[in-house]
Amino acid sequence: MGHHRDDEQKSAGKPKAGITSPEVTRRGFLGGTATAGATALAGIAGTAQEAVAQEMEAGGSETVDVSLVINGVPVERSLDARTTVLDLLREELDLTGTKVGCNHGQCGACTVLMNGTRVNSCLTLAAMADGARITTIEGVAEGKGELHPMQAAFLEHDGFQCGYCTPGQIVSAIGCVKEGHADSEAEIREYMSGNLCRCGAYKGITEAILEARDATRSSDVGGA
Amino acid sequence: MKPFRYQAPGSVDAAVEAVEPMGVAGQGGAFLAGGTTLIDLMKLHVLTPPSLTDVKNLGLDTIEESDGEVRIGARVTMAQASEHPIFVERAPALSDALWKAASPQLRNVATLGGNVLQRTRCPYFRDNVSPCNKRDPGSGCAAIGGINRLLAVLGTSENCIATYAGDFANALILFDATVETRTDEGSREIAFEDLHVIPEDHPERETILGDDELITGYRFQLPDWARRSVYVKARDRESYAFALASAAVALDLDGDTVREARLGLGGVATVPWRAREAEEFLQGKTVSEDSALEAGRIAFEGAEGYEHNAFKIPLGRQVVAKAILDAARMDLSGAPNSSGTSEGAN
Repeated sequence: MGHHRDDEQKSAGKPKAGITSPEVTRRGFLGGTATAGATALAGIAGTAQEAVAQEMEAGGSETVDVSLVINGVPVERSLDARTTVLDLLREELDLTGTKVGCNHGQCGACTVLMNGTRVNSCLTLAAMADGARITTIEGVAEGKGELHPMQAAFLEHDGFQCGYCTPGQIVSAIGCVKEGHADSEAEIREYMSGNLCRCGAYKGITEAILEARDATRSSDVGGA
Repeated sequence: MKPFRYQAPGSVDAAVEAVEPMGVAGQGGAFLAGGTTLIDLMKLHVLTPPSLTDVKNLGLDTIEESDGEVRIGARVTMAQASEHPIFVERAPALSDALWKAASPQLRNVATLGGNVLQRTRCPYFRDNVSPCNKRDPGSGCAAIGGINRLLAVLGTSENCIATYAGDFANALILFDATVETRTDEGSREIAFEDLHVIPEDHPERETILGDDELITGYRFQLPDWARRSVYVKARDRESYAFALASAAVALDLDGDTVREARLGLGGVATVPWRAREAEEFLQGKTVSEDSALEAGRIAFEGAEGYEHNAFKIPLGRQVVAKAILDAARMDLSGAPNSSGTSEGAN
């Protein structure tokens, strides 16, 4: 592992309002109570789990060692094989910009770039992504305090209302341009169809992509 | 998800040796490729494999052509194939079937080996509660008397009306492709049309693949007339939706007269469906609205509609007719490389 969680947070993404604050936050509170519950259960289940783990050693492992580069920062973890890239980002690394929507690959809220192309992080096991470069919404801007041109264009064109799908939309929009599918409005609409917006901000999203297209082509985002 | 063991062997030999037998109704071990169906169904507990054998280190990710034969590795992604010049320029039905399927995110990881094995979207299979002969053999079929709007009208049985959900397979079936597979006993070749089996009395059995059999690739001759091919897909929304009815058509024309026609159907059948009687009808006919509609009628002879999905029969006929007319109208005068040489191979 070799990383202290705080170090990683500083380098992997910009500090997020609330997380670094000493005050009680909603996320911190919920996380704390969930951990307390899990600890109580672990006392009962521990021995049985160990026995099962030993029995299953042959032919693969229930835990996997993964090594990825996330927003330019190397990350190594030993994880339950069930951990998705989305789980890793949000639960292990506190990179909560990537959202959980449907959790079944249908809505695109969890979109990240993997080796420069868009994927649904909810359907990608961390084990499958071992060795990959991942770019999340926290990693798209080139410098601190600056926005990626696509982020700025979403603001300019009201490419959102409630904002929940927005990180996925923006990462997907960058991927859409980088993958070469933003030549016309029709092509943008087709190649952004994997990102649903229940507020129906599609018109603004499409306009934002048209505006930021050229600047995005020349931007350097996770090697995309 | 239930706990599982994960392994990623470094060779095809090691993978077919290491995979845990897949078992009845696919409830044993599983090969993992893009995972877009498998991980989804594991999250729903519809599939609970005790182990996954990831094929990511096996190569099998190129598209090649030699002596007029195209070979696609099983790990080629849907995105990669949909944009490859061999398909875009010389077999548009294959390219169209791919980019009209799923979403860009899914196509970037979903492989062609996994895609043809995509499981049904029947809601009663996916809910993990209702009787379903495919998921729980012998338990019955909740779809036949249930909300069956999206389900099949061809190739059904009293035990199952689950639709085969994919698109690519319905176009690949036009080209008499061969499926290449491996087990720890060796390799074999399967005619693509024989890969899937209709449900009859055993809906849990979807293909003829063995317990540890891995699809490694496909190969097929690509005739020059495959340039005149289309994939028409009717669905509830314009993009990112499964087919209500789709048709892949390739036409070999002599002027307006059909020398040979190939017709595949999607969204309406329990397996990728080749409509051979409609193909035979078209042979020697002049392409017209009447002959195209008649081909559509023949393609759906024997179709059986249920309470909510009977609309698929007239819709499917129209989709077939449109695909035939669209293919016939394609202007190929500007098509490059009409001699069918191998430029653009990967």
